[in-house]
Amino acid sequence: MDQLIFASEVMLNGLMTGVMYALVALGFVLIFKASGVFNYAQGVLALFAALTLVGIQNGQVPFAHLINAAFGTSLHHFGWTVPSVLAIALTALVMVGLAFLIEKLVLQHLVGQEPIILFMATIGMAYFLEGLGDVMWGADIKTLDVGLPQGISESIETVTDSWFGYGYFIDRLDIWATVIAALLVAALVAFAQYTKQGRAMRAVADDHQAALSVGISLRFIWVMVWSIAGFVALVAGIMWGTKSGVQFSLSLIALKALPVLMLGGFTSIPGAIVGGLIIGVGEKLFEFSIGPMVGGATENWFAYVLALLFLVFRPQGLFGERIIERV
Amino acid sequence: MLYREAGDFKTSYRDDSQTFPIKLERWGYYAVVAVAFGIVPFVINDYWASAVLVPFLIYAIAAIGLNVLTGYAGQVSLGTGGFMAVGAYAVYKLMTAFPDVSLLIHVVLAGAITAVVGVLFGLPSLRIKGFYLAVATLAAQFFLVWLFNKVPWFYNYSASGQITAPTRTFMEQAISGPAASASAKYLVCLVFAFLVAWMARNLTRGSIGRRWMAIRDMDIAAEIIGVNPLTAKLSAFAVSSFFIGIAGALLFSVYLGAAEVGEAFGINKSFLVLFMIIIGGLGSIFGSFAGAAFLVLLPVLLKNLLVGNLGWPTDLAAHIELMIVGALIVTFLIVEPHGLARLWSLTKEKLRLWPFPH
Repeated sequence: MDQLIFASEVMLNGLMTGVMYALVALGFVLIFKASGVFNYAQGVLALFAALTLVGIQNGQVPFAHLINAAFGTSLHHFGWTVPSVLAIALTALVMVGLAFLIEKLVLQHLVGQEPIILFMATIGMAYFLEGLGDVMWGADIKTLDVGLPQGISESIETVTDSWFGYGYFIDRLDIWATVIAALLVAALVAFAQYTKQGRAMRAVADDHQAALSVGISLRFIWVMVWSIAGFVALVAGIMWGTKSGVQFSLSLIALKALPVLMLGGFTSIPGAIVGGLIIGVGEKLFEFSIGPMVGGATENWFAYVLALLFLVFRPQGLFGERIIERV
Repeated sequence: MLYREAGDFKTSYRDDSQTFPIKLERWGYYAVVAVAFGIVPFVINDYWASAVLVPFLIYAIAAIGLNVLTGYAGQVSLGTGGFMAVGAYAVYKLMTAFPDVSLLIHVVLAGAITAVVGVLFGLPSLRIKGFYLAVATLAAQFFLVWLFNKVPWFYNYSASGQITAPTRTFMEQAISGPAASASAKYLVCLVFAFLVAWMARNLTRGSIGRRWMAIRDMDIAAEIIGVNPLTAKLSAFAVSSFFIGIAGALLFSVYLGAAEVGEAFGINKSFLVLFMIIIGGLGSIFGSFAGAAFLVLLPVLLKNLLVGNLGWPTDLAAHIELMIVGALIVTFLIVEPHGLARLWSLTKEKLRLWPFPH
């Protein structure tokens, strides 16, 4: 019985982690649906957004490190702090600017190339953005605090204690993340279904040529989609950054989103969420039950191997469209 | 004037299909090989060996390996670091288990072991391709690194979890371990790089290479004209992993001397080798060398320029290097998807007509 309760706690925590994965995966799906680009840089976008947010909040001088090295000055901070809401809005603006630049400088020149070339281009972009983020804001680990509640939720602990005789440990941040992710998904779905721009976006996703011929501007849609993906990255960056500090490992969660997508299907928003939850719960339960027998740290590869096995039986994922070329 | 086919008569099919059909180019190639084997070993010093030449040769081997798989057979792999780790740990286990056998034989055996592992992880390629395969190879990357980290048998139960290369000799000369001289290390890597390049070149222009390229260009059409995708893909994985395993074995035993798997063979190594073949040129042996040279030299040059001349801090230089590499990848993909190798062949085309282009 104790084991069972333990396992259920592990599962709940896995669900929360899964929500985080789903947040990153969501950004992937949006871009993949609209432009057919498999955006490896999504995780680095999250890192970049989080770095920028912290930098703006603390009033850091951008490129201070570089300027100091080049001109022998010793700049570091402007000496003011920006309130969280304003900082988030400014960061969102930066992400929109970034989306515009990416479209202008990279995607526009790669129209009609093979998907794998585009994929490799996004890997290059990921490297560039990672370097840029570090040069702009410094590479040290930063703490991010935008006022989200953190720590163990005592009320849940006492309530579950009185019900089952065992108090569940659940981070309040995780609960908030779940709520925010749910709101974000609802907003995105509503946007795609009920607004003009959202319908245009879906049209582009369906067929570029047809969308062009009815007068939809591809370039505008792409900038918009990348901006939305940047915004989703910002949300993911805030969540992960608050949870474990803003640091390089943040960009590695993007890799975790890949198996999430394979499980859920590349083109499906519900798929990204369900896939994220499955991976989150699966890797936590695996680590809990099998991990101690094989030396632990199975979380590093479990998701990939699960996705690999899954691919063999259902290559289109749980919710994906059956358009994958099989060999 | 000098670089042209005129006057270079070919009287047999053998002559006609040789790798370097133009006389000047042939002689240039012989000269490079002669300098590399005959002169460089005598003038090389420790700095050049450890900073430039030895890593260049080792990464060139790895890049040729990945180019066979990605450039020729069209299967994108992000598991290069993991396969190099297999080579490194295989050679470590062999070196410590059979100390009397020559290291050179162990390196080849390590390549063979890596080939087996590569085929194993290549099996999904029969059902999936594109990104899906790339993610499947990521599974190999993470799983292998984890395996070598967690199973103490692989690192002989050493307390630090590191593997350290013992000293091994060849013809009375130390070629691994701390006692090895710069020229010995260089020569070992050069011999392997030369043999690997020679094998890869001849494999890729033979029937097996044509089968790989047919699969790359259009797998369904290839199957219709009688190419078996099973053998073509798995042989590409085997050959590629064999080369990558050799590169991993050399990287550990000759170059690094001691390695910790997550650091030396992490996901970044996979990307580094992938970048080498993108910048160098997909589907080109020369490109593999060019890309490896470029990405080995770039950090050295930047470090000399930014840290040495301008006195900037090293971490800043490292970040700027990331930006430059990333920007270069994107630029190459936009401007010249076939990389340095294509630029080189364009130059040669121009040179053939020079100085009378009309």
